[in-house]
Amino acid sequence: MTDQAQKAVGNGWQSEKYIKNLAKRKRSERRFRLTGLLAILTALTLLAILLFSIVSKGYSAFVQTTITLDITFTESVIDPNGKMDPAELRTANYAKLVQDALREKFPDVKGRRDLRKLFSLVSNDADSALREMVENDPDLIGKTVSVDLIAGDDVDMLNKGYIDRDAVEDDRRVKDQELVWLDKLEADGDIKMRFNSGFFTNGDSREPEKAGIAGAMVGSFYTIIVTMLISFPIGVMTAIYLEEFATKNKLTDLIEVNINNLAAVPSIVFGLLGLAIFLNFAHLPRSAPVVGGLTLALMTLPTIIIAARAAIRAVPDSIRQAALGLGASKQQAAFHHILPLSMPGILTGTIIGLSQALGETAPLLMIGMVAFIADIPGGFTDPATVMPVQIFLWADSPERAFVEKTSGAIMVLLGFLIILNAFAVVLRKKFERRW
Amino acid sequence: MLNKTFGLAIAATVATVALSGQAMARDQIRIVGSSTVFPFSTAVAEAFGSNGNFKTPVVESTGSGGGLKLFCSGVDLSTPDITNASRRIKASEVETCAKNGVADITEVKIGYDGIVLANSKAVAPLNLTKKQIFAALAKQVPIDGKLVDNPYKTWKDVDPSLPDTKIEVLGPPPTSGTRDAFVELAMEGGAKEYDLLKDLSKSDKKAFKAAAHSVREDGAYIETGENDNLIVQKLEANADAVGIFGFSFLDQNSDKLQGSMVGGVEPTFENIADGQYGISRSLYFYVKDAHVSKVPGIKEFIAEFTSEKAFGEFGYLTEKGLIPLTDAEREKVRADALDLAPLKLM
Repeated sequence: MTDQAQKAVGNGWQSEKYIKNLAKRKRSERRFRLTGLLAILTALTLLAILLFSIVSKGYSAFVQTTITLDITFTESVIDPNGKMDPAELRTANYAKLVQDALREKFPDVKGRRDLRKLFSLVSNDADSALREMVENDPDLIGKTVSVDLIAGDDVDMLNKGYIDRDAVEDDRRVKDQELVWLDKLEADGDIKMRFNSGFFTNGDSREPEKAGIAGAMVGSFYTIIVTMLISFPIGVMTAIYLEEFATKNKLTDLIEVNINNLAAVPSIVFGLLGLAIFLNFAHLPRSAPVVGGLTLALMTLPTIIIAARAAIRAVPDSIRQAALGLGASKQQAAFHHILPLSMPGILTGTIIGLSQALGETAPLLMIGMVAFIADIPGGFTDPATVMPVQIFLWADSPERAFVEKTSGAIMVLLGFLIILNAFAVVLRKKFERRW
Repeated sequence: MLNKTFGLAIAATVATVALSGQAMARDQIRIVGSSTVFPFSTAVAEAFGSNGNFKTPVVESTGSGGGLKLFCSGVDLSTPDITNASRRIKASEVETCAKNGVADITEVKIGYDGIVLANSKAVAPLNLTKKQIFAALAKQVPIDGKLVDNPYKTWKDVDPSLPDTKIEVLGPPPTSGTRDAFVELAMEGGAKEYDLLKDLSKSDKKAFKAAAHSVREDGAYIETGENDNLIVQKLEANADAVGIFGFSFLDQNSDKLQGSMVGGVEPTFENIADGQYGISRSLYFYVKDAHVSKVPGIKEFIAEFTSEKAFGEFGYLTEKGLIPLTDAEREKVRADALDLAPLKLM
């Protein structure tokens, strides 16, 4: 016993050499852990900075400045013939109602240029708001009602503090004269902030106060539907065929290498392919969600095939053999047993592929979806744009008010991506089976 | 079961695709072209659409060259009706157009755009000449009778009257029309003030162009977007940097940025309009005459664009930063445009 113990101290695990070695290994492990921790902390800090800069710039896009005016729905302006003809009600000069109300509020403003400035305090969206009010309730004609009208973008920027009112007048978009008017309105309690519902219900516009992301959201929806309808069935079928039916030979090896390569091809290349096939050869309409969806489907296919193959391979062989042993055909084994068992993994891969497609702009550039489209698309062939493209276009616009719109739209897009990815995580957690 | 559903889904999509291929007749104007004209074209498109008689035109931002390429690719209705350009159409492009059957084109000049060099208000404004701009940005500059790689590191190296700060210019990439115009108007103008290059321009035009149009690649000129709100933020954060972009961005951000004087002239609305400011160009759009009778609203769109309330002196486009033509020019442009007067290249 003692003999053995002595031996251990001499050159066994307790020897000085080994203790030193152990200490060294432990130090190395601590260093590695620290580096890992630092890497994660750096990533988290950067993420926090990114989110902070987007949210701090973008949250104000969800509120909007309004100016309350007493609008008199003068009969002689809206309905001079007194016939209540809907066509006439639609084309009436509603801008005049706003102008009259502003003139009444500021009776001492004279001269064409000054009046123009005064009228521009209120957004020109006010006309359509008033028209809608009259169309919904023709009894308003002849009455005077206090209405909240959307302010022009410069007034909005000033009210949100993005324009410094102490700057030299020449350097300010809102001039001294306008400040006097606005101060009077403010003192009367006519300037208010409210939730900007137009941001979610309007199409794109060149007037920042009217611009919304509804058109882009609908366009994204149609595009993703097409992408899903094309890429999901084809991707899953390909994966099943390659895993379950295809014989392993040089050809299938080549196909496999190509699929893996395609997953890494830059997305703009798929845009060029889409331009060549769908526009120049198949003569599909430009800027349409159906073309966008087809192009993005080409891009998503490799991702889905790779994910689906991995999920199918994870189903144990015993299930396959049990099915075949009980007399199922190969097809029955694949569709009745292997596919349902691998579905959670396939769906997770599909959702991740689709959320990647949702955030893509480059391939859409080639097929004309990077465009100004004011109308909200009504179908798969109407001209449309998608959310990331909308963000790109707004970031490119000179008007100051589009800065907050850009960040606001990024927040909405991030929201959708988080929902999609959370859905993928839930699917996996809930249905995944381990063997 | 499952594969039946898949089959149906595929069939449905194929059917949609096939149907949409047939729907070739259009009731919506399609516009492509320059990103500089894009803000003006879209503003007119929106006003035109909100009148309620026609659908709002679709406006794509493809760049001047890309727009003309699409425009000239044919006369069938899958090609655009109008293309915007921040430069004039080239003779070679007119030839391509004619080859593809686009014989009749109407040119409409809509106004001017100034290209400005701007920096943050935190420091003094620069007062540059074209020669200094060339010296600061060219890849090779003439020193002692020879072209050598640009040795200047600070503005003071270029000229003792300029501040002692590093040359750091954020400007548009080579694909941009703004870059083309900047190189042609500012750099080429500056290059001609050197005797060596002036002689070269007479003896060997190609070599001169190569020398005058090459921008340095050693990090002093940083390629960024041309019309991008990010450039404004970058200039704000870095007071030493100078940015190159269209006048409308300076106009919208006049509380944060200031334009540098070029040849002693400030880039203001008035100075660009009367041609005193040296770096300004004309903006155009081109109409495919063959489509006028086929797509509804093209004539009305031209009328809207060339109306006083749009491109006039106090029109809504000037609020977006367009610098209007003179009264007489506008009158002529309007008359020619509405008559679809054929394009004349001089």
